[in-house]
Amino acid sequence: MSVLRQWYVTSALVGALWMLVLSTTVAVAMSFATGDPFRPSLLLSFLIGAIAAILLVLRPGGRLASWAIMAIVLVVTLLGVGPIIQETGVFLAAIGALILSASFVVSMEKILEACGVHTLTKYEWEDVVIRFLTGFGYIFFTAIVFIPFYVMVMTSFKNQSELIQNPLDFSLDLDKGIDLFRSYFELFGEFNFDQYLLVSFFISVVTVFITLAFSIPGAYAVARLRFQGQAAFSRGILLIYMVPMIVLALPIYIAFSVTGLRNSILGIVLIYPVTTIPVALYMLQGYFRGLPAEIEEAGLMDGLGRLSVIWKITLPLSLPALASVSLYVFMIAWNEFLLAFMLLDDPSKFTLTRGIASLNSSEIPRQHLMAGAVIATVPIMIIFLGLERFMTKGLTAGSVKG
Amino acid sequence: MQASPPIGTTALAKREARLAWGLLSPTMISVSLVVVLPLLAIFWISVKPVSLADLRPASAIVREDVRGSGDELTIRYRIRNSTQDKIISDVTFQDTLPESVSLSDTPPDNCAVSGRTLTCDLGELAGGQREQLLIPIITTDEEAAEAAIENSDPIVSSTSTNILTDTTFTFENFRRIFDGDEFWGVLGVTLFYTVFGTIGALVVGLFAALLLNKEFRGQGILRGLYLFPYVAPVIAVAFSWLILFDPFSGSANALLVQMGAIDSSINFFGERPQALIMVTVFEIWRYFPLSFLFILARMQSIDTDMYEAADMDGATPFQKFWYLSVPQLLGILSVLFLLRFIWTFNKFDDIFLLTGGNAGTRTLTVNVYEQAFAVSNIGAGAAVAVVIFCCLLAFSFFFFRFMSQEEGL
Repeated sequence: MSVLRQWYVTSALVGALWMLVLSTTVAVAMSFATGDPFRPSLLLSFLIGAIAAILLVLRPGGRLASWAIMAIVLVVTLLGVGPIIQETGVFLAAIGALILSASFVVSMEKILEACGVHTLTKYEWEDVVIRFLTGFGYIFFTAIVFIPFYVMVMTSFKNQSELIQNPLDFSLDLDKGIDLFRSYFELFGEFNFDQYLLVSFFISVVTVFITLAFSIPGAYAVARLRFQGQAAFSRGILLIYMVPMIVLALPIYIAFSVTGLRNSILGIVLIYPVTTIPVALYMLQGYFRGLPAEIEEAGLMDGLGRLSVIWKITLPLSLPALASVSLYVFMIAWNEFLLAFMLLDDPSKFTLTRGIASLNSSEIPRQHLMAGAVIATVPIMIIFLGLERFMTKGLTAGSVKG
Repeated sequence: MQASPPIGTTALAKREARLAWGLLSPTMISVSLVVVLPLLAIFWISVKPVSLADLRPASAIVREDVRGSGDELTIRYRIRNSTQDKIISDVTFQDTLPESVSLSDTPPDNCAVSGRTLTCDLGELAGGQREQLLIPIITTDEEAAEAAIENSDPIVSSTSTNILTDTTFTFENFRRIFDGDEFWGVLGVTLFYTVFGTIGALVVGLFAALLLNKEFRGQGILRGLYLFPYVAPVIAVAFSWLILFDPFSGSANALLVQMGAIDSSINFFGERPQALIMVTVFEIWRYFPLSFLFILARMQSIDTDMYEAADMDGATPFQKFWYLSVPQLLGILSVLFLLRFIWTFNKFDDIFLLTGGNAGTRTLTVNVYEQAFAVSNIGAGAAVAVVIFCCLLAFSFFFFRFMSQEEGL
């Protein structure tokens, strides 16, 4: 352990690893952005990173040292013996080298802030490690979340031959102008996606209203009123909430086949709320319990009935919770795939998710599939970003469900 | 006389309970229709030899046309059983004869005419059986009569036994799904997926929560971004992953080859054993935001005094994490573990979209679909569903035992 805490060992190790992280990140980012082959060099990253980190701790010449190190990293990268290797263009290589050297020096100074030219104390050593892990964490999470969505959006702007030619080239060919959106025009024009969008929206909104109409009275009863079986009931809700949909989907499929509800929007509207009512009830009753009962009792004393207490006191007080629940239910209904897939075969009645599933065939080019995915994702993302506060609350309160 | 609290149920309490049941009844009715009833149905179907084709009940189909000309004119009725293997009994049909038509001879024995109504009784039709009845007629205007006859469709009635409602029972379905190594393979895959998916999502979520548990500019944006995988429709992200990891033209393969990490493309979702690992990674990717959100909420409610005291005592960051944060988070972590365990166990969409259950990724839930729709054996699908439900009951028993000790959520 004490060897690890020598300042030169710590800084060299952290510097080497950090350089590898950064060179990989920059190489991947540059490859995805330009389509040119960038690749990190494991050995050179380790070597240059370690030396640069030790120099940064020593800092001969103060502030000037940082600039000098930045310049050295830049130059060796440009000479082709740096952490990133790129063979084609000088211009892009320069940009990559610049980004790498600048980001390395700036972030390395932050990471090694507690590292002095002496054997590190346990506290200092852990501080360095934690800063390194934090930096790594930000890059890691941003990359894993961002890349699939980036691929989804960029693929939808491409065409078949471009995609096969260079799968890494996600740069936009702006000369194509409006033609970039061709997949979208085709989806809306030929594949009825405008209608699917409307159907999905309609179904989701109706589901929200039906769910609220059923779950508000139920949640109030469970939260406020005393009756036999109250505890059993609130457990029952949680239990029902855990029954997997695929188990229920089979009998529902049979029942819908027999009654002719399959392939009808009515059938979907009947079934969706029931999958969301237990969730909504569970979330709302938690909120109702948190409201002070005294206000309601005051209302009761002043001669209001229970129902008018709910309508005039409880509901106005729980508007934020209602917003969260509505958003959460909307999200579930909008994203629902299994039931739509099993119950709808008729292309004129598809929801958006079912429509996308129908695009997944070898005859339909994949940019259409990705454009469909974007069309389904964008509305829910707009709602999510616009109302993030409510949405996050709703997720925390109710998303024990997957 | 001393005042005493009322004994037993008072009128007021009764009224309150009545109101409560009144408020709950819509939910209870709808939930029992869509959850409890199907659950009972699953148990019923699982002991029935029923396949997808049996959902369409057997019926008799009657077609009519006019044959011959002049004195030889006949109406021909052709009757057939719509199925090849089921018996239909009490097959009768009725048809109205037009005004311009009258019988030229006596109709066949099993038919009778009263007024203008022709009634025929065919009794029983075996599977695939076809029958033909000829009714001799005369008319003045052949063309008009033919049109009129073919315009009035015969009304058919018959009874057939429906495999879903009769009393044949079988344990064949269960025998089938438990038979051989397949079931244990499926169970093993399910356990791998569930255990590693749950633990992975928890650990990654904990890491993400630790990152964001401090105030800095852009914290809100990052938190929003890290929730994207969970909020986006599963179908959109699943297909994005498929395209990203495509063996022929996927960016991930191109990137790895270019960086020299691999020599030739890997078929990520198409081959054992990486397909199972990939679907588990997908599960972790999609659900770490959930654990992250819960853990972050819990972290932000921990009192900072404790950390300040620890700082005064000279505790290092890892010591603070291990001795202060982890004990505080243990409650939420275990609740999350149980809940996510149950939900990952129940997960269907993700694997179905990514691999369709191929390449060694068939879990129990995918097996339900596979048996019921791909193999068309609804009974076997229901039997798998029963197995899932029993596992679920066992899990929720643990869950409630645990939840009563652990408040929170």
